[in-house]
Amino acid sequence: MKASRDARVGILFALPWIFGFLVFTSYPLVASLYYSFTNYSILRSPSWVGVSNYRELAGDEVFRKSLANTLLYALGAVPLGAVVAIGLAMLLNLKVKGMAFYRTLFFLPSLVPQVAMGTLFLWIFNGDFGLLNNGLRGVGVTPPNWLGDPSWSKWTLILIAVWGCGQAMIIYLAGLQDVPVSLYEAAELDGAKLWSKTRNVTLPMISPVILFNVVMGIIGSIQTFAVPQLMFPGGSPARSTYMFAMYLYDNAFQNQRMGYASAMGWVMFLIILLLTLVSLKLTDKHVHYEG
Amino acid sequence: MTPGGVALTLLGGAVLAGTVAVSERVVSRSARKDRVTVVYWEKWTGDEGVEMQKTVDGFNKSQDRIFVKYLSISGVEQKTMLAAAGGNPPDVAGLYGNNICQYADANALMDLTDLARERGVKEADYIPAYWDFGIYHDRLWALPSTPASTAMHVNAKLVPKDVASPETFPQTFEALDRLVDRISVKDRNGALKMAGFLPGEPGWWHWAWPVWFGGKLVDGDRITIDTPEARRAFAWIDGYGKRFGVGSVQSFSSGFGNFASPQDAFMSGKVASVLQGVYKANYIRLYSKDLDWFALPFPHPADRPDLAGRSLVDEDILCIPRGAAHPKEAFEFIAYVQRQDVMERLCSAHGKNSPLAKVSEAFFDHHPNKAIRLFDRLARSPGAFHCPKTGMFTQISGEITNAYQEVSTGAKTPKQALADAQLRIDGLWDTYQKQVLMR
Repeated sequence: MKASRDARVGILFALPWIFGFLVFTSYPLVASLYYSFTNYSILRSPSWVGVSNYRELAGDEVFRKSLANTLLYALGAVPLGAVVAIGLAMLLNLKVKGMAFYRTLFFLPSLVPQVAMGTLFLWIFNGDFGLLNNGLRGVGVTPPNWLGDPSWSKWTLILIAVWGCGQAMIIYLAGLQDVPVSLYEAAELDGAKLWSKTRNVTLPMISPVILFNVVMGIIGSIQTFAVPQLMFPGGSPARSTYMFAMYLYDNAFQNQRMGYASAMGWVMFLIILLLTLVSLKLTDKHVHYEG
Repeated sequence: MTPGGVALTLLGGAVLAGTVAVSERVVSRSARKDRVTVVYWEKWTGDEGVEMQKTVDGFNKSQDRIFVKYLSISGVEQKTMLAAAGGNPPDVAGLYGNNICQYADANALMDLTDLARERGVKEADYIPAYWDFGIYHDRLWALPSTPASTAMHVNAKLVPKDVASPETFPQTFEALDRLVDRISVKDRNGALKMAGFLPGEPGWWHWAWPVWFGGKLVDGDRITIDTPEARRAFAWIDGYGKRFGVGSVQSFSSGFGNFASPQDAFMSGKVASVLQGVYKANYIRLYSKDLDWFALPFPHPADRPDLAGRSLVDEDILCIPRGAAHPKEAFEFIAYVQRQDVMERLCSAHGKNSPLAKVSEAFFDHHPNKAIRLFDRLARSPGAFHCPKTGMFTQISGEITNAYQEVSTGAKTPKQALADAQLRIDGLWDTYQKQVLMR
């Protein structure tokens, strides 16, 4: 009797969330799948066109370009972000005075809103008077034009992605603090040095955390939108920074091709699913779970 | 549930109900119970928004039946479309002139032809280019809020005395090129320090390059990006990359600030001449009031004297989204804005020319832009042109801008870039005709 009353109360409390999930997540998800098979220009009723949106995507040069840009970006940003985040987490795991301050300091950048971050980096990467290029000139290096040269613009975005690695760093730090000290002590008794301890103890023990962060990184990279949209309007120069989500947005809200944009959304979902499954499969033998 | 839990739930419910009530008050259409409330969404914030609010206040005071509620909305064109789709659009939307055809094709706008006829708003009241902006498929979809025309702006201190006047400054692209070669400055390492002119500055109207060289972007039922005129225009643009070096131009241009800031390329003296709108004088007055400048018509090809004295004209518009609750009252407000005295006050406050055929001498005499007569004359000239009349303008502009960037970064030749852009636009146009125009 009490159990069923508790269940009723529990469901009652969960109802707002269940309602929100059904209305704001499930319905748009199912609707977008339907729209992806229609011609839907927002103000007219959708009309069924079968797989023609998907067929058009296969021959769309800009779609391929935006997909290639996004995958290249993910290929650069995810590993680089992981290496930097793990490195920082290791440093922040040391026993030194004032560590709480350092941890806060390194986490803070990830709290900066994307638009503010984009504006800030427009100044830092400015080819003429940017902070970075002034520094490079100071040490005798001829700096590139980070924002205006198509061969450098993607690298700019990859470097910026590292700035937001604070979230991943905190998760790595939690993982590092979970590694039993006894394992390090045993390794030291066997004569292991820093690199050996890192390779044979730390990395295997935090491998589930690495996998989690890499998967989340892939998802985030493929959905990247705000920073490139702000820094490189229209994917300039010459669509070298035109990301998948930007093209999706332009089709939906500028060209009023909601059906085509929905098809792109589902292709994006399938790509993310595929990459996640590949990551899980490839790392199957290298990820060690306790117990 | 414990009594504490019940109390907490009730408190939460009360807070939620209070929030709903307050927010409903804030956004309610019924701002005034004694009048019909017309909700007006507009893109403008800052000074431009303040001046439009004054116009709205003037209308609200001028009669006692309608109350216009002015709301500044970011991304107004997309939000208007979505609000119309959701069945709750504003009564008046302040969009951009280049939205008209796309929104009319999408069934997002109300046809204003009959309302205009009833109110006596007619073509003869307007400068042809600005009236024409609102006409699509022989129907009227919008009327101007404020317009603009464009001209070459020149920093008199950066050009030699023999060309430092509207009468003596180069009138053709060929003469401009010679002047650019003469006055541009590079440092010892070959880095550009001052450019006489750069086609990429300010970079807002790349779609117009073929038109400046005599081309047409819409020819009958075809979209024509790759034309002899466009190839000529892009070869000219390519010449600037070759003249200064692609890398040098990229590096130099990356130092330009926003056009509405003291770091703007023209106001900071990095570029001696630039194509800009009538509103540029507002920013010169604000950020560089000692700048010695003059304006003249944008150049034309030397072998096409028929293209002399042209101007790219633009327009902010007022329209009524389909499904608006009070279209008649909304049009009453739009018609009020078209009154000569109201329009002149607003355009003068925005630093723009008037779209109306009849303009008072006082408007010219008190206008903040010293070259206002030139901008007015250019808008009235037969060579005044605006964006092509097609719902595909966004895509056309995007493809030409991309082609421009491919050429100016040296990624493609003008021929390649334009051929690729034409191929892509042909596919998009085909889809647009089938999916939107239902042909």
